[in-house]
Amino acid sequence: MSRIRSLVVVSLLGAALIPTAVAAQEMIADTTDRKQPLTSWGMQFEELEYRYSDDDEELGVWSADFFYGTDDLKVRWLSKGEYAIEEQAYEGLENQFLGQVPISDFFDAKAGVRFDTPEGPDRTYAVLGVAGLAPQWFEVDANLYVSNEGETSAELDAEYELLLTNYWILSATMDATVAFSADRAIGIGKGLVSTETGLRLSYDLVDRAFSPYVGVVHERKYGDTADFAEADGGGTEDWFAVIGARIAF
Amino acid sequence: MRKFLMAGALGLLLPAMASAGEYNITVDRVMIDTGDFVKEGIGYNGASPGPVLRFKEGEIATINVTNNLDEMTSIHWHGLILPYDQDGVPGISFPGIKPGETFTYEFPIVQSGTYWFHSHSGFQEPDGAFGSIVIEPEGREPFRYDREYVIQLTDKHSHSGDRIMRNLKMMPDYYNRQQQTVGEFFSDASANGLMSTIQDRMAWGDMRMMKADVEDLQGFTGMINGMGPEQNWTGLFEPGERIRLRFINSSAVTYFDVRIPGLDMTVVQSDGNNVQPVTVDEFRIGVAETYDVIVRPKDAQAYTIFAESMGRSGYARATLAPEEGMESTVPEMREPARLTMADMGSMPGMDHGSMDMSGSPEMSGMDHSTMQGMDHSGMAGMDQGSMATSQEVPSDPFYAKGSGLVPTAANGGKFLSYADLKAQNPLYEDREPTREIELRLTGNMERYSWSINGVKYEDADPIRLKYGERVRFKFVNTTMMTHPMHLHGMWSILDVGAGEWNPVKHTVSVQPGTTVYMETEVDAPGQWAFHCHLSYHAAAGMFRKVIVEGGPDSTQAKADVAIEEGGDA
Repeated sequence: MSRIRSLVVVSLLGAALIPTAVAAQEMIADTTDRKQPLTSWGMQFEELEYRYSDDDEELGVWSADFFYGTDDLKVRWLSKGEYAIEEQAYEGLENQFLGQVPISDFFDAKAGVRFDTPEGPDRTYAVLGVAGLAPQWFEVDANLYVSNEGETSAELDAEYELLLTNYWILSATMDATVAFSADRAIGIGKGLVSTETGLRLSYDLVDRAFSPYVGVVHERKYGDTADFAEADGGGTEDWFAVIGARIAF
Repeated sequence: MRKFLMAGALGLLLPAMASAGEYNITVDRVMIDTGDFVKEGIGYNGASPGPVLRFKEGEIATINVTNNLDEMTSIHWHGLILPYDQDGVPGISFPGIKPGETFTYEFPIVQSGTYWFHSHSGFQEPDGAFGSIVIEPEGREPFRYDREYVIQLTDKHSHSGDRIMRNLKMMPDYYNRQQQTVGEFFSDASANGLMSTIQDRMAWGDMRMMKADVEDLQGFTGMINGMGPEQNWTGLFEPGERIRLRFINSSAVTYFDVRIPGLDMTVVQSDGNNVQPVTVDEFRIGVAETYDVIVRPKDAQAYTIFAESMGRSGYARATLAPEEGMESTVPEMREPARLTMADMGSMPGMDHGSMDMSGSPEMSGMDHSTMQGMDHSGMAGMDQGSMATSQEVPSDPFYAKGSGLVPTAANGGKFLSYADLKAQNPLYEDREPTREIELRLTGNMERYSWSINGVKYEDADPIRLKYGERVRFKFVNTTMMTHPMHLHGMWSILDVGAGEWNPVKHTVSVQPGTTVYMETEVDAPGQWAFHCHLSYHAAAGMFRKVIVEGGPDSTQAKADVAIEEGGDA
């Protein structure tokens, strides 16, 4: 019985195919979007916050990331700023434009340029870095910079998110900068330059698109860099209370 | 709309074998109201889901599809055996249907059963572009029923398919709200000991994999026939009647575990092909699969059709009742599923030999998460050996041994397994396959990239088959997700170890850490799509084109052979 049915199937198909036999010779090639690499984009403010220091200093701070591209190649624009509200001046302002390619399951290599345009002298850097997810869920981002003055430095960023619940998230961040040569004009001494450590408690209010948070941030300068800062009449260590939001869209 | 009556009348006049089943379908922007939210989507003839298309085996189907969108569209007739240029996959079957254009599909109906149709363009299907197909057989069916309903499931999300894809690419856990928390760490630590819980977390952290990675998309509203749980789609019955429920899972990515508390369900058909009846309390329906079940409510009361997602993040609900407005209790969802190391079984770099299941923390994790409602006292210190023999322990040959995804019936009764599916009436003579093609299902959750044999569709050569051969496909799932693999145009004979009685399907679920075989009689010339039916996996690259060379008309496809040699993906 079954064989009869399949025979019927085949003969019906056969009959139906006669008019399409010619068409079958020219089977189309897939030129649809599906056959193209999937392109995607995203924009995130990892930090968008107001900081209030133990010296009554007020800062507006952001750290933003825009990407566009495919699995094989992304372009990335990273923007970071620290705006001193009272002085109405950018203590820090940097923009990186990078190309990014995967080098392993969990890591990407990136290369590009970084423009620092804060109050004071500007710098342009060549950037080479790796970013990805290390074992035990540490997000890491390591970069090597060479400035237009010929000075080299490195920066390591790490972040860990602890899920108190699926909506309350405690994130710990650590950022350290090391200079291999001094750049006195921008207050950078050789050796360990500075660290920034943060702890932020966020709540995912709208999907993962809008997550307000509060937290504390500790900034410290070291060695020659600290000496330069003191000589310039600045501090070497700050504690901040922060309030802000993580934004993704 | 339906010209069947007219066509039927014509059929009386004409001695021809075929009476025409003709439909006009418009593809429209529609509003979709889930009861939880209202969103714009895409539908057919002004609604999502679209109409139930009814055909009779042996007739010629004529379907005029008018595209009222401002973008290309297409309709794929999921599970139907038809000439490849009628299959509705843009770039493979035909160029697609342009805005404002009407495309007429015409093909003979050579089968019967429950099927569905959906757009194969972009994310129109997750956005609502699907409907159902019911084909009446020429002959008598081996079961009786007094009434029938289509039960079409979907996972409607407030985000559009494009946005979901983008969010998943940006943050693969964007929608996952069942991740392990500090609280779960402490509850696991008190249940399994601090050290073993730490070891467990470290083992998963080392792989950078999440036990909670069961569903890519959470936060959806489960819908049945276009109605959310609160809107409660209701099918009426007279007590004592046999009701045939034609379950279709039209979800973008969600598997559902379906039960009707108080009623046994006799599964009589899967993916349009009759199976030897098997009575179950619950069954899991993979994305794009269909199951026809017969229920016989004897009492004049309401029964809830409850379909909770495999990961327990959402549910669909409907009611069978003697009268409109009646309802029964809606069960609570069970605990979220957790993957185990067994589900990672064939992850690259894993040493199978070192996987001592009996004492490992993964196993204790498994007792905890998958044995809800079972007798915990009897489980302590259980080892793998006793698992296989014990009646109480969930096991299913289509899941990895010790998998956290093995389903159990909520009432402790029978849960359908693929192993229970036996063809009622095999479509093909059983014969040795002429060759085997291995398809490793591959991916990287952190990058949300999905592929076959490590190659995405964009970079892949077609899979070339020869007309007349019988190919054995070996699916090796190296990922931690379940993939419903769908071959267009030809049947997938799922190897359940029943030889000639192996069930004939169009979509085959491959669970994490498992190897599944299916055989295909290559009897349909042309080119066909072959892909994971999770919309976002297919779009990310878990997709292939299959070219069938040769055929009844031996001249065809010859030009094509010249282009390139190659047999596998």
